Formats: sequence, structure tokens, C-alpha cells
Amino acid sequence: MPRLDLETPDMDAAAVAASPSRRVRFPAPHIPQLSPKARLVLVAALVVVAAACYLFLFIRGSFAFSIDRRLTMLGAMTIAAFTQGLGTVVFHTVTNNRILTPAVMGFDSLYTLMQTLMVFFFGGAALAQTEGIPKLLTQTALMVVFATILYRWLFSGRFGSLFVLLLVGVVFGMAFESLSTFVQRLLDPTDYDLLATRLFGRMSNVEAGYLPIAAAICVVVGVLLWRRRHRLDTLLLGRETATNLGVSYTRELTTMLVVIALLVALSTALVGPMTFFGFIVAILSYQFAGTHRHAYVLPMAFLLGMLTLVAGQFLLQHVVGSSGMLSVVIEFVGGILFIALLLRKGKL
Amino acid sequence: MITITDVTKSYGDETVLGPVTGQIAKGGVTSLVGPNGAGKSTLMTIIGRLLEPSEGSVTVGGLDVQAAKSRDLAQMMSILRQENHITARLTVRELVAFGRFPHSQGRLTDEDHRHVDLALDFLGLGPLAERFLDQLSGGQRQRAFVAMVLAQDTEYVLLDEPLNNLDMKHAVLMMRRLRDAADELGKTIVIIVHDINVAAAYSDRIIAMRDGTIAYSGTAAEIMRSDILSEVFDTPIEVHELAGRPIAVFDPMAQSVTHDAVRTDEESAVASV
Repeated sequence: MPRLDLETPDMDAAAVAASPSRRVRFPAPHIPQLSPKARLVLVAALVVVAAACYLFLFIRGSFAFSIDRRLTMLGAMTIAAFTQGLGTVVFHTVTNNRILTPAVMGFDSLYTLMQTLMVFFFGGAALAQTEGIPKLLTQTALMVVFATILYRWLFSGRFGSLFVLLLVGVVFGMAFESLSTFVQRLLDPTDYDLLATRLFGRMSNVEAGYLPIAAAICVVVGVLLWRRRHRLDTLLLGRETATNLGVSYTRELTTMLVVIALLVALSTALVGPMTFFGFIVAILSYQFAGTHRHAYVLPMAFLLGMLTLVAGQFLLQHVVGSSGMLSVVIEFVGGILFIALLLRKGKL
Repeated sequence: MITITDVTKSYGDETVLGPVTGQIAKGGVTSLVGPNGAGKSTLMTIIGRLLEPSEGSVTVGGLDVQAAKSRDLAQMMSILRQENHITARLTVRELVAFGRFPHSQGRLTDEDHRHVDLALDFLGLGPLAERFLDQLSGGQRQRAFVAMVLAQDTEYVLLDEPLNNLDMKHAVLMMRRLRDAADELGKTIVIIVHDINVAAAYSDRIIAMRDGTIAYSGTAAEIMRSDILSEVFDTPIEVHELAGRPIAVFDPMAQSVTHDAVRTDEESAVASV
């Protein structure tokens, strides 16, 4: 084919200068020389350093006891980083936006409602007695079932639209939230007190026995996502372009929504609701990955999640001296970032 | 060959397309023309399996577009819509490389890289290859999307207004590229064009649509007639011979289809409907 020079470099410059869309919304931090692989290695190294600091520094009293406790918590943080980070990135990809998070689909609210109803019907003592793997699995399964039924129903209906789905998610979330608030008003103060401790992220008192099974689920999901990383890339182009490229869009979308449901449900059941953690991690990983490709963005989201949690916990525990506040700090910072981005972009 | 059988599309009680029955022969450039809301884009998206018809069926190269595997179709037919919104930040080369997905499923081979380079060169995007899409002008971005579709290297190429945002120079170059793709590479190109004169100059066949149905179809010479164009576009249009080509001109002062004044060339403007 003959090559034709359509552009001289000067014309490009003029055209770009005249273009209204030249404004870059998310100015990337200036480390463009590093390849995506080098960036991953760098962040992984930071995670290792942070984890080592967290595990081995400032040990007072029994070494074995401290390490045991800290390893459990490190495990919980790993699961939370994996589920929240990957869940949010995949959610952003399939919904073609970078503001809304799975929390908007009503998961956290469903968790809150389930806990609240449990206390309401069985009393505060029941909460303590029903801790265990069956409860974790039941909660996870319930949320996945809820999500799958919701998506199936929405996609088999005449509106195959994601916006309708999101709207329904918001409405469900609000309904669950209101119902929870209503039921909470009816509780006696002791029960309410017990309940309140459940409704914040509780990374610091996670049950060690849960971790192996949660890790196994994460590995299965990780393998599934890794095998689909290229297909996820095409979903970034939107429904029509992805379809043009031969991807069965509806099938991929449904699969991914179930995966997201699984991840978020697991995370919520294990460490409690965290609305903005996944959001922070996803936004940061787009900035730091240096590419759109999920082969890099997904591991980056996991690693940045680890770094945020481990370094944050280390600093809070030993520098500020208030170890229980990590999730509150993350939600606070995440909420501010969320509002800042929303105001800056002016749209979803 | 693209075969369209009794295709209709309705939203609620309102039928926006059809019933349409027809064929688009293999090879050459076919233009869909017609006024706004005539159903051109709807028909094209149904052919390109992006939209499900309410009734009827479409086959492309023997494959039923609703029933065949999406991946098989993607190796035979590509479609580009008018609006293309991407949330991720991609370079031109990364975008064009996506065109190879149906063949390589994301793992690019040397053959794929060759096709990407070829498509970039074909549309003169070589110097812009490493630019991010949000650093391009509308016309440059439009060409990048067309390059992606050409890198897909399919027998059938459907383009919904590929001349969007292009200035006259780049519009002419784009049409010549598409003409080359049809003539030299034997591709079947179907485009939606708004400028009837561009359609006439570069197409082997023109399909004129109106009110959701095919009003006329034929060669450029058959369609470029005053009475046909005036009827299709519902506005007085004259066709003059200029430099050996039929040129459609509209009357800037016209109120209705019936007008008698013979205008000079200065008073008429080249139709750009």
C-alpha cells in the first residue's frame, strides 16, 4: 500500500493546540521513564519493606505472640487489598466509568442489614456465638446470590442498560440502609453497641480461621481474571467496540459482575464495609501502572492496596499510636478524594 | 454479500426501520445516504450485530449475524460507530492494536504488528502513533478509529460517518484510502455519508434511505438525479454536470420542491446536506 503523508509535524502541533479536548484530566505523576514492569517491581519492593517493618519492628513482650497476631492481620490486609482493589478495577472496567464503585450496588448496605436483622431477631449475644466459617460462607453466598439474581433479572429484561442497573443498585442500597436505620432505632442500647462494632472495618479482630478459605477463593478468582486480562482490556473500549472485536459482551459482563459480587461480598463479610478503600486504590493504580492493560493494572491495584493498608497500619500503630483507626482514616481520605474527583470532572 | 431479510426495528409502537429487504454485493464501496432519522445508522448497527432487529435477519458472508459466534464474525466484518468514548488513556498505536484482537486474542504476533504499522501508515498516523488519544484533534482521533477497524483486516468494513470531523483535504484522502482498500485489497466497504457529492464521487453503489426504508438504490449515475434527490431529502436539489461529474446543488432560498428560477453558479452552493 502506498504511504501518504497526511500530516506534517507543524500541522499536528497546530491541530493539537486548537483541540478543546487537549486538557488532560488526570495529570500522571512524572515517572514516565519506568516501564510498567519496573513500576510493579518497585511497588512490590515497597510492600515487602512495609510488611517487614510492620511484622518485626516495635515488638514488646513475647515475640511469638506478636508475630502470630501480626501475621493474622497481615493476612486480613492481603485479602482486603486483593478483593477491594481487583473488585473495584474490574467494576470500573465493565461499567466504563471511574467514579462509581461496587459499594454503590448496595453491598455494604446489604451487609449492614443482614447484621442488623440478626441482632434484632436473635439479640446481641447471637452475634458472638455465630462467628465461624459457615457464617462467612453463608454471608458470601447470600450476597453473590442476591447480586446474580439482580443482574440476571436486569439483563433479561428489555433494558439491557448498565445505567438502569446502577440506578437499581443505588435504590436498593438506599432501601437497605433505611431499613437498617429503622431497625436499629428499635434495638436496646446494649445490642446496638454490640452491633456498632461490627459495622466498621474490623481488620484488627479478624478470625484467623477464615483466612485460608478466603485466600483459596482469591486464588481462584485471580486465575480467572488473569486468563481474561486481554478480554478485560477490550471491555475498556465500551460495549460496541468490544462487540466489534468479537467479545461476547453480555456474557463477559455477567461473568465479571458475579466475580465482583464474590470479591466484594467476601471482603465485606471478612473485614466489614469499606466504601472508599477500593476507590482510592483503583484510582491510584491507574496513575501508577503507566498503562491501561489489566495485566499490569490488576497486580498494581493489589500491591497498592497492600501498601496503603500495611504502611497505614504501621504508621497509625507506632507513630500516631491509635491502631484501631485505619479504616476510618482510609474512608476519610478516600471520601475527600472521591469528592475532589467528582467536582473536577463534573460528571460520573 | 450482505443479505438483509425483512428487517424491522421498533421502539414500543414506533417503527424506526423497515421492513427492509435487500442485498449489498461483495466488493466495492456502497454508500448509505438519506436525511436525518432515515434509519441509516440503525440499519448499519443491525448489520454489524450491535443492535438486535425486532424482526428479520441479516447474513454477512453467509453467517447469520445474530446466531454466529461473535469471534468468527469479528474476523469477517468490522464496524465503526459515530460516537466512540473511551475511559482509559490509550495511545494511537495501542488503540489500533486492539483491531488485531479477533485474530490474536490480545497476544500480538509479528504479523499483528505488521498489520498495525500498515494501518497507521495507510491513514498517515505514523508520526502520531505514540500520542495519547486525548492529545489529538477530533479529525485525528477519527482517523485513529478508522485505522483500528482497518487493522482488523476484515472482508467487510462498515463505517458510520467516517468523514465526521474531517476537513476537506482529509475527507478526500480518507475516501481515496477507502477506495484503494476496495480496489486493491478487494474489501467490501459500506459507509454512511452525509455529503451526497462525496458519495457520488467515490461509491460504486448508493442506497438512498427515507422514513426507515430503502427509497432508491443503484449506481451513482442512477441516483444522482434531481427528482430522486429532491424527493429523498425533501428539499429542492438540482444536479448539474461539472467537470464531467454530476454535482448536486441545493437552492439556498428554496421553500418548497417546486421552484422554477434558473440560478447561476454563484448563487448556488454545493450541496452539503
